[in-house]
Amino acid sequence: MKIKTISRSSDTYIAERNTDESRISRNLNPALHPFERAREYQKALTATKMERMFAQPFVGQLGDGHRDAIYSIARNFDSLNKVASGSGDGVIKYWNLKSRKELVTFKAHYGRVSGLIVTPNGRLLSCGHDKTIKMWSVNDEDFKQQAKKLKQYDDNEDEESDFDDDESSDEEEEAGNELENGFMNENEINSSNGLIKTYLGEHSFESIDHHFNKDLFVTGGAQIELWDSNRSKPISNLTWGADNITTVRFNNVETSILASAGSDNTVILYDIRTNSPTQKIVNTLRTNAICFNPMSAYNFVCASEDSNVYGYDMRNMKRSTNVYKDHISAVLDVDFAPTGKELVTGSYDKTIRIFNVNEGHSREVYHTKRMQQVYCTKYSLDSKFIYSGSDDCNIRIWRAVAWERTNVKSTRERNKLEYDAKLKEKFKFMPEIRRISRHRHVPIGIKKDSEKRQIQTQSIKRRENNERLHSKKGSKPFKSEREKHIVANTYK
Amino acid sequence: MSLSKYDRPKTVSKASKNPKDKRVRAKLKRLDDSYKNAVKEAQNTEILLQESAGLMETETEMEKTFKVTQKDIKDSVDESMNRKAIDLKLTEYGPYVFDYSRNGRSLLLGGRKGHVASMDWQYGKLHCELHLNETVNAVKHLHNDQFFAVAQKKYTFIYDKLGTELHRLKQHIEVKHLEFLPYHYLLATAGNTGFLKYQDVSTGVLISELRTKMGPTISMKQNPWNAVVHLGHSNGQVSLWSPTMSKPLVKILNSRGSVKSIAIDRTGNYMACTSTDRTLKVWDIRMFKELNYRSLPTPGLSCDISDTNLLSVSFGPHINIYKDIFTNDHKDVKLYMHHLNAGSKVEMNKFIPFEDILSFGHENGVKNIIVPGSGEANFDSLEINPFESAKQRQESEVRTLVNKLKPDMITLDPNVIGTIDKRANTTRLTAKDLAELTNKQREVGANDVKMDILPKVKGKNSSLRRHLRKKSKNVIDERKMRVESNLKREKELRAKIHAKKNGTFKDEENDLLNPALSRFG
Repeated sequence: MKIKTISRSSDTYIAERNTDESRISRNLNPALHPFERAREYQKALTATKMERMFAQPFVGQLGDGHRDAIYSIARNFDSLNKVASGSGDGVIKYWNLKSRKELVTFKAHYGRVSGLIVTPNGRLLSCGHDKTIKMWSVNDEDFKQQAKKLKQYDDNEDEESDFDDDESSDEEEEAGNELENGFMNENEINSSNGLIKTYLGEHSFESIDHHFNKDLFVTGGAQIELWDSNRSKPISNLTWGADNITTVRFNNVETSILASAGSDNTVILYDIRTNSPTQKIVNTLRTNAICFNPMSAYNFVCASEDSNVYGYDMRNMKRSTNVYKDHISAVLDVDFAPTGKELVTGSYDKTIRIFNVNEGHSREVYHTKRMQQVYCTKYSLDSKFIYSGSDDCNIRIWRAVAWERTNVKSTRERNKLEYDAKLKEKFKFMPEIRRISRHRHVPIGIKKDSEKRQIQTQSIKRRENNERLHSKKGSKPFKSEREKHIVANTYK
Repeated sequence: MSLSKYDRPKTVSKASKNPKDKRVRAKLKRLDDSYKNAVKEAQNTEILLQESAGLMETETEMEKTFKVTQKDIKDSVDESMNRKAIDLKLTEYGPYVFDYSRNGRSLLLGGRKGHVASMDWQYGKLHCELHLNETVNAVKHLHNDQFFAVAQKKYTFIYDKLGTELHRLKQHIEVKHLEFLPYHYLLATAGNTGFLKYQDVSTGVLISELRTKMGPTISMKQNPWNAVVHLGHSNGQVSLWSPTMSKPLVKILNSRGSVKSIAIDRTGNYMACTSTDRTLKVWDIRMFKELNYRSLPTPGLSCDISDTNLLSVSFGPHINIYKDIFTNDHKDVKLYMHHLNAGSKVEMNKFIPFEDILSFGHENGVKNIIVPGSGEANFDSLEINPFESAKQRQESEVRTLVNKLKPDMITLDPNVIGTIDKRANTTRLTAKDLAELTNKQREVGANDVKMDILPKVKGKNSSLRRHLRKKSKNVIDERKMRVESNLKREKELRAKIHAKKNGTFKDEENDLLNPALSRFG
């Protein structure tokens, strides 16, 4: 007779000392794990609730700097924690996001700074309604020394400036002085000291963008012009059509392609290799901003005045690839995450929304009591944060994923988060989980308006459908939402 | 593909496996692949299992496992195992019922005459000992060894590990049986009142009171796989209950005599019942089919199924342990072991979780016998850990409380959550189909209303009849005539309804005189 029993030694399972980890033994036999699915569901539900509990999107603000609405934010592609901002009173600032302090401030233009960009070699290019484009140095090391010098030798200010400010005019000096007297304190660096170059244009400028790696930049205004940063005059004029150009944007992947949007409701694509525009679409309403997908060169999105964002494939612009709806007022800016999977929009309805590229409705909406119309939104280069500039003179920093934290996590914590993410994905269609994860508190005005809008669109849809049903077959063809807004598409 | 124990039942139908959309198809394939991979990898982890299960095998034809006595076994197993075969002689307060905590470490004793003790039986360490001077009907550990419930003469009480009375559950009166659903944190009680009550022990809320309407509950057991409670009744029925349903989910007619005890295996596939008609029946509770049948010399008082599907049944002072009984082949059943507890009737028996031991309470104490191959050798420390430290116990308590399941998730199929409700036709129909369907239903409904005859049909003791009864029979007055005519009309209408139900209703030619004129006719 063979007889054997289970013989476990407690020594193998119990830790000898308090500091030791006790042994974990696993047995994956499903019989030992009852209610597998129900427990997973419960965990998913808990995780969803935790997600909403931890959702604190607002990180911080760069509040004390600007005295007017912020119209442009520019990122430095070489440095994660620096951004530049331009405001309505012509001041541009360069910020260190870690300390949330401004590194440099320039009184750049009369009127608002309509365009601002950080060039690949780390300089600022700004344009304004005063018909000038200015190039600024933001090398803060230089400025620190200069600041000291400024303090020590206040009298001979001219000598220490070792930048070639050949174009500096009386006006700028005046502006600088004004700035100095007005609101600069001692530690800050002012005005025209960082000015490297001024380009004089023939018309006021509405927008500017720099080539990804060459010394070229493009400006939009009454004309769309291509500039070489080493020359004082534009090297070519790409204008197609008569009206004002409000937005220009280079493609950062297919670097010689650029797009512009004009106040005649057009979106035009150009190729600087042939030095000419290639195709044009006319929309029903104006386009406020354009952004190319950083991961797929032929996709881009346009923020439209009709409160939608339209995604396009430049190979076929007869219809848009996607329509991103949810805003209830004009969308003023749009930016792709560096991953190319999400996009952030800022709108006149005082909210910021984040869209998944493949979905039509936003996955997230950010707003605060004090945030006014959002003029510009940008993703940070690690796609973890969002910068927004708004009418209330404030730059705000938001988390791209509201419940995520960037701190270093232990393996256990990371595993837990990954496990929870998988569970949430698995049970995302369950009614309770979907309700909790989708719920957002929005201001009453926005809520009411969006409800009203929904009713309006439904009634329009119904009416169109009825018209179609009661008219001659084929006389009122169905037009999909994705091509409704496109009036014309032409090639050159 | 061979079905391994790691395979989960399929929830996706074959038709939906090949959808037309390319993207959906690709996604489904990806899911399927990852599932297959998971099953394979789970299978591969088997080589990492530490312990091997116990066994008792014959080597020659003549040897029989049921002839092996406890003494033989004790001689051939190691000392640590011998020490686990304890024999507690408690002659004064018996007979004894008992309960082991979920990890099998803590033993809770309850003597009928009021003796309750909680102890770590492996180290022989007594946690508490109570003399309640009151009948003790049942004892039950809650989610861990820190708390336990005792069903006493009238009320049910909850004590902590040190014997401090924490709660008196005044709604649970005359309870005979206790069950604790660990994943739902529910204490289920049943007894003489015929009520099944569920109390949430984490919040203290009485979740539901279910009236069984079948007299005192004779026996009770939870199905560990789906948390459905099985009650055995004196009419030989076993009823299955979930806290959200006021009626039993299923009623099984098990035997002619009352159902004395129920046992359910851990995967929720099989149920064994003993009855006063001396039968031991094994059921497949997926199909509700009787699998196997044994008749015992005297009625079986208690039975239990081990993790390795051994079935123990006690009758009088005897305990029989069967192997391979969960088949519908009657010859195949082997008596695996037999034990005689001479001179003392066995009150209840139970396998200790994760041990090769069967524990039984009898009139003079509690005794353990070694049953090789009855326990699950490899536990999962993240689920139930027999060697857990205080810290681990606390952590798992918090974790299980956070992931506590809701009472309304108790269904016969525990994996139903997260699947598509195929009965909900709205999920499948297009708007057009739905509109058509509702229109049709509306039409049918309207016809039904027209067809329905709704007489004020009253019962045997309606006021009309009572009036007739009370009235002296030979007096005919106006009221009596009216009553009689009304009764006649009711009778006709009732006959009409009956005919309609049977389908023999014929729409007679309409009376030319409508009801308003008929009284002149």
